Amino acid sequence: MQQSLAEKFYYLMKLGRVFELRAKEEYMKGNIGGFLHLAIGEEAVHVGATVAFEKGDIFTHYRDHVYAIAKGIEPKYLMAELFGKKTGVAKGKGGSMHFFEPSLNFYGGNAIVGAHIPHAVGMAYARKYRGENTGVLVAFGDGATNSGNFYESLNLASLWKLPIVFLCENNLYAIGTRIDRASAITDIYLKAKPYMMAKQIDGMDVFEVYKAVMEAKEYIQEESKPYFIEALTYRYEPHSMSDTGNYRSARELEIAKSKDPIERLKKSGLLSESYIKYIDDLVEKEIEEAVEFAKNSPEPEETELYTDIYCEVCKNVIP
Amino acid sequence: MLYREALNLALDEMMEKDETVVVLGEDVGFYGGNYRVTEGLYAKYGERRVIDTPIAENSIVGTAIGMALGGLRPVAEIMTANFAMLAMDQIVNSMSKLRYMSGGKLLLPMVVRMPQGVVKQLASQHSQSLESMFACVPGIRVFTASDCITAYHGLKTAIMLDDPVIFLEHTLLYFEKFEFSKDSFYNPFKARVLKEGKDLTIFSYLKMVHDVMKVVTQIENTLNISVEVIDVGPLNPLDLETLTNSVKKTKRFVIVEENPKHGGFGATILSAVLEETFYNLDAPPLRIAGEDTPIPYNRKLELLAIPTPEKIYSKIVKWGKENGL
Repeated sequence: MQQSLAEKFYYLMKLGRVFELRAKEEYMKGNIGGFLHLAIGEEAVHVGATVAFEKGDIFTHYRDHVYAIAKGIEPKYLMAELFGKKTGVAKGKGGSMHFFEPSLNFYGGNAIVGAHIPHAVGMAYARKYRGENTGVLVAFGDGATNSGNFYESLNLASLWKLPIVFLCENNLYAIGTRIDRASAITDIYLKAKPYMMAKQIDGMDVFEVYKAVMEAKEYIQEESKPYFIEALTYRYEPHSMSDTGNYRSARELEIAKSKDPIERLKKSGLLSESYIKYIDDLVEKEIEEAVEFAKNSPEPEETELYTDIYCEVCKNVIP
Repeated sequence: MLYREALNLALDEMMEKDETVVVLGEDVGFYGGNYRVTEGLYAKYGERRVIDTPIAENSIVGTAIGMALGGLRPVAEIMTANFAMLAMDQIVNSMSKLRYMSGGKLLLPMVVRMPQGVVKQLASQHSQSLESMFACVPGIRVFTASDCITAYHGLKTAIMLDDPVIFLEHTLLYFEKFEFSKDSFYNPFKARVLKEGKDLTIFSYLKMVHDVMKVVTQIENTLNISVEVIDVGPLNPLDLETLTNSVKKTKRFVIVEENPKHGGFGATILSAVLEETFYNLDAPPLRIAGEDTPIPYNRKLELLAIPTPEKIYSKIVKWGKENGL
């Protein structure tokens, strides 16, 4: 069990990392436009939580690539989305920050900080209303926890006794503003404590994240009450590709990298060297194919500009 | 029937028919709604379906979005359009965009209802007409209801639609009586010709429709003309076809709107109609709008700030005489 989980975690974290490293390269070459927010360093949180919520609903912020991959969306459709192609997961209309796949219960990609938190609360209400108990997880950064959306959502989820896990990825920075310069309370889980069960965990350990989120999921399903997890993590890359990163020291980054979740898993003794090699090769190949797929895919038709705004047959809906 | 009763009936019938329809908002449940639009629904359908919320407008719309994603058809009530400003992020950045930026994968069958407009001495923060703010955002439909028929049929259609709808009501109409029949035909995607005429078209919507109707005979008699009156109905998408067809016939048009003139929705109507009818026109178009001021508390000043039947009459007569009518 432990070993098969370790193998799964390794595959997904590696797939996420190689996907993002490759996306960075393609961005530099000009094949990807707009903003590109990388989650490199945070994979343990994204993968551990998503594997625990395999069947549940997941809502995320704009740093959504690794969540989407872990939720089971094939990387080629995600890469094609980054390339703005017709075959992309959102037909090239969303880009990096807006990955969605409702058929896999993935409601990802919102790029207004904190705005998706009430969406997840509403989803939890709907699930409970319909008697579906697969659970809802919403992920957001430490920066979002200073916003009204956050507090309004904690209140509603607690008031309405909703089965939802709040997962805060505390990577210490809201773009370039360090947490102690933006938040009066720097142990984020304490903000949630008056409303619900809340704890702080090591977000650089994929097993710890998985275990905590599984426990939280079982709790919300049994008790029909919300649960809060603060995962301490770190992003190695700048906030986005246009961020200079001048707000943190090389030393700080080096310390964070020494806790790398993928390296840590490799050293756990649960993975054989041959397995690691097999996955590394597999992932390289898979991402190479994804890039080829994206490159060779057509641009969306010009008529796509006007679709997916209003329903086309709804004019028949007259009472 | 009262306007608020027509809205109530629409909600009741839709809730009865479809268990996925839920209502949420401040005081909508136990209290029965501040304008009594949701009266009786809490007792009939329970707190699970008629959901009292805290005063948190952003999350009222935000959770409604999540409910819609989860297979419900939420009808959110914002107590007044003024307070909807607190929900503008959810309306503008999520409600109107999720379908588009997911490439059509996410549907939001939801309605956000709210009253707006100048009432009586409620002062600046409770007296705004904000339709332009909603109507300028692609991806949400904006319906208006000016009487019982448009309220009842319009709201039912809005609930049935898979599109997110902003449903605008006018606070002063809630306790007004209008003719009503369930069988009356109304297409909420279309503008409505309330009165046919051949020399001039007057466009308006919400409460201004009634202020226009109060003086239309007087205008006709003074200028010795026949006037067509059109309730514009949906503000986005606009039923441009009905609007331009009328102007091509009458060759003159006036827009009456309660919101401030600068950036007011009438400017959008005017430019859209003008582009299609410029060479058909016998007179420059006229906008009768609110003043570009906040709404004051003092009743005398308040009435100076908005169109009234008297002002509509005198401005149209003056304009008509200057333009050969």
